[in-house]
Amino acid sequence: MNNIELIFPEIFISLSIMFLLILGVFKKDSSKIIHNISLLVLLITAVITFNETLSINPTTLFNESIIIDYLSSFMKIITLLAAFVVLLISSNYLRTFKIFKIEYPILILSSVLGMMIMISSNDLIVFYMGLELQSLALYVLATFNRDQLKSSEAGLKYFVLSALSSGLLLYGCSLIYGFTGSTNFNVISTQFNTNEYAITFGIVFILVGLAFKISAVPFHMWAPDVYEGSPTSVTLFFTMVPKIAALTVFIRFLYVPFLNLIDQWQMILVFLSIASMLFGAIAAIGQKNLKRLIAYSSISHIGYALAGLATGSNEGIQSSVIYMTIYIIMNLGFFSCLLMMKRNNIYYEQIDDLSGLSKNHPLLSISLLIILFSLAGIPPLAGFFAKFYIFKSVIEQSMYFLAIVGLLSTVVAAFYYLRIIKIMYFDEEKDSYDKDHNLWLKLSLTVSTILILMYFIFPSELIDVVSKINII
Amino acid sequence: MNFPILSSLILLPSIGALFLFFTKSKSENKITAKYVALFTSLVNFFLSIYLWFLFDQTTSAFQFVEDRIWIKGLINYKVGVDGISILFIILTTFITPLCIISVNNSVTKRLNEFLIAILVMETFMIGVFCSLDLVVFYLFFEAGLIPMFLIIGIWGGARRVYSAFKFFLFTLLGSVLMLVAIISIYWITGTTDVVQLYELGIDTKYQNLLWLAFFSSFAVKTPMWPVHTWLPDAHVEAPTAGSVLLAAILLKMAGYGFIRFSLGLFPSASEVFTPLIYTLSVIAIIFTSLIALMQEDMKKLIAYSSVAHMGFVTLGIFTIQQQGIEGSIIQMISHGLVSAALFLCVGVVYDRMHSRLIATYGGIVTIIPKYAILFMVFTLAALGLPGTSGFVGEFLILMAAFKDNFLVAVLASLGVIIGAAYMLWLYKRVIFGKLINSELKKMIDLNKSEAFTLTCLAIPTLYFGFYPEPLINTIEVSIRDLIDTYNFSVASKQ
Repeated sequence: MNNIELIFPEIFISLSIMFLLILGVFKKDSSKIIHNISLLVLLITAVITFNETLSINPTTLFNESIIIDYLSSFMKIITLLAAFVVLLISSNYLRTFKIFKIEYPILILSSVLGMMIMISSNDLIVFYMGLELQSLALYVLATFNRDQLKSSEAGLKYFVLSALSSGLLLYGCSLIYGFTGSTNFNVISTQFNTNEYAITFGIVFILVGLAFKISAVPFHMWAPDVYEGSPTSVTLFFTMVPKIAALTVFIRFLYVPFLNLIDQWQMILVFLSIASMLFGAIAAIGQKNLKRLIAYSSISHIGYALAGLATGSNEGIQSSVIYMTIYIIMNLGFFSCLLMMKRNNIYYEQIDDLSGLSKNHPLLSISLLIILFSLAGIPPLAGFFAKFYIFKSVIEQSMYFLAIVGLLSTVVAAFYYLRIIKIMYFDEEKDSYDKDHNLWLKLSLTVSTILILMYFIFPSELIDVVSKINII
Repeated sequence: MNFPILSSLILLPSIGALFLFFTKSKSENKITAKYVALFTSLVNFFLSIYLWFLFDQTTSAFQFVEDRIWIKGLINYKVGVDGISILFIILTTFITPLCIISVNNSVTKRLNEFLIAILVMETFMIGVFCSLDLVVFYLFFEAGLIPMFLIIGIWGGARRVYSAFKFFLFTLLGSVLMLVAIISIYWITGTTDVVQLYELGIDTKYQNLLWLAFFSSFAVKTPMWPVHTWLPDAHVEAPTAGSVLLAAILLKMAGYGFIRFSLGLFPSASEVFTPLIYTLSVIAIIFTSLIALMQEDMKKLIAYSSVAHMGFVTLGIFTIQQQGIEGSIIQMISHGLVSAALFLCVGVVYDRMHSRLIATYGGIVTIIPKYAILFMVFTLAALGLPGTSGFVGEFLILMAAFKDNFLVAVLASLGVIIGAAYMLWLYKRVIFGKLINSELKKMIDLNKSEAFTLTCLAIPTLYFGFYPEPLINTIEVSIRDLIDTYNFSVASKQ
């Protein structure tokens, strides 16, 4: 087998999962060790990915069913690092709820494995396998706090709706297979001119399934409930990591086999994008729970990432990737703050619980202030640049309507971010929260805040890295 | 000359703010914080005076230009000044230390953060006037929203939340369209560098839409009728120093933007839309003057008078004549000084009586005579009495307007009369009349720092009223060049 070293990251992570499972079975009270080993595994996998695959030419493996190129390597590294940070900062939270168990890191590892397969997939069946692997792990993660009604509800809801969307997706795959005779992206791209309309049906079904996974409007209904019900550390995982993988599949699926059908799918993407941006911004206004609010906010942010994809250009893809990267950093910062809102072993997650935070916790609230203004896209913070690149690529394609709607919805979205700031800074204070936080939590908040704040000094670096992504 | 003087001007206040941020936990002593802030802003002021001293008045080219790669292959960090922008920079660096001195009595809680906000604000304001790249300009223009939002929201009055939100969302809404326009310009011409854009010119078929997009942002910020409604709210609720910054400098960003970008980049569209600006300006002058007449709150009255004064500014800019634009810039500088002073004056009595209502006062001339004298100077400057800087600006604007459009000029002159009416009436009701409210007898006259700040503002107001030559010399060449370019491109279109 040639080039087997290119899938070393996947092999390594699968072997580690099996090893950890066995370790968990035979060793008592091993949750702490497994937690730490998992962290190490994620880090090592990221390093292997970085060393082995980042700088090679696009290569396919296993009869062209897996592709290793710059996009896949980059997205894998982001996924691994994001999962690493999630695992790093969630230990205290899990301990508080007494769910610091061996299953948690293992489930995260297996969902990450699924995502890595998705990211590398160049074939509908491989893609579906990866998708299901990550989904199954995620269902369990959502219900992880099983003594709580809301958590079980979240998991069940996610399971039912996700299964439905997977069904639609499979139906789309079968349509495409039926009309092109292959499941391989490269083969499909040479075959589709036989029956364009039938294939369009297939594309629509697959897009619906994918839109569900990234919670784009109108397939977002599960997101607020699941985000609210899941344990906060899992919510953090949900808001970032699966979306990276799904977005990569979006890119691969639309741009490799179906680039020539852009007239067919571009309008769908524009619609998904506009609907997500607007709905996410408007629906978040009425929210009282921070996790629900961040669910709507993430819907709106996915809308911007999709706007980049809708352009049908390399710049658009790159801007989406940049957007997701910056969004992940902002999200990490936001959730680090959320995980710090703890008093007497109770975590607070209502917006009103932030009241007067600035008086008791000046540093925490200034970080949150920076993160929120960045999420709102106000310069000179990183969030502005993320939006700037998106709209730059959108306007390049003369899609002015999309750009103007997108920018107007940032104004609407600014309102609810401002409302949080208002509650933090303008309202009367409440009791202060615990101050003895986990070192890693503090570190992740500090680093993400500094990255957001200082991004404008070195904006070229991220562009340099991302500009090597060439799909078209 | 390799010393990056403009970048130093931009960065210095932020460094001061950073210093304040990190010393916060150690020093409970509020005086130290204040001296640090004051020191920073004064250094900045002297640096800007030095800049003016080095400035070459005989050329319209941009000076002290710094050009660095910022986002590779996309945007350069480019700053520079010409005759139009340098005065605004000096105005900013001049007003900021006065603001910092004035916080003595008005800001009692979280002084440290307040000073940080003001210093950061100064960075952004200077950045706006220096930047020679559209994206850099937008960055500074928008970033100013953050500290101002906090200044109004944290240290403001009773309805501060409403006002802060209104201010933020109005301005943001106006600005996002400008961002679309800026990116479009990038794709049309391949650059966002203002100097290159002046040379390249933008195809006339795009100009109208682009002009409107810029207009939407500047009109909100100016503010022009009918999108001025955020201003009275913001002014009334903001703390004194916030009002001063808002009136003296933030409003000038839009006037500056009109001259630099609307006229400079879109000459043919500016010609097309001149009637629109005339109409809105005249409505603003007369309508808001009438509203100002009826106000019972002093700050609100001055806020509406600001809208009227900015109406003169936009009118003057779009006469597109030497005198008109010169008048507009002098009017902006003068308004920066006078409105700042008026808000400080209101702040002085508010700190003592905790009321901004005109009805609370009356007959205080004998109790606080020093205040009465200084207040009178600024009242007269606001209504444009000859001998004050307010007169020079209005006179030049009206002269240019008469040449261009008789009706508009007559209507605008009407605004001058109403302006005199509401300012004098305000003065009469506050300072003269019978002393009814017995609590007023306890009022103390200006203390040293108040007297100092107000005198600092009175001196240039009177000086430039009698001798506007230094101002005109500085701006003359740049404006002439701007108008030549304008005439050339309009003529070449026909």
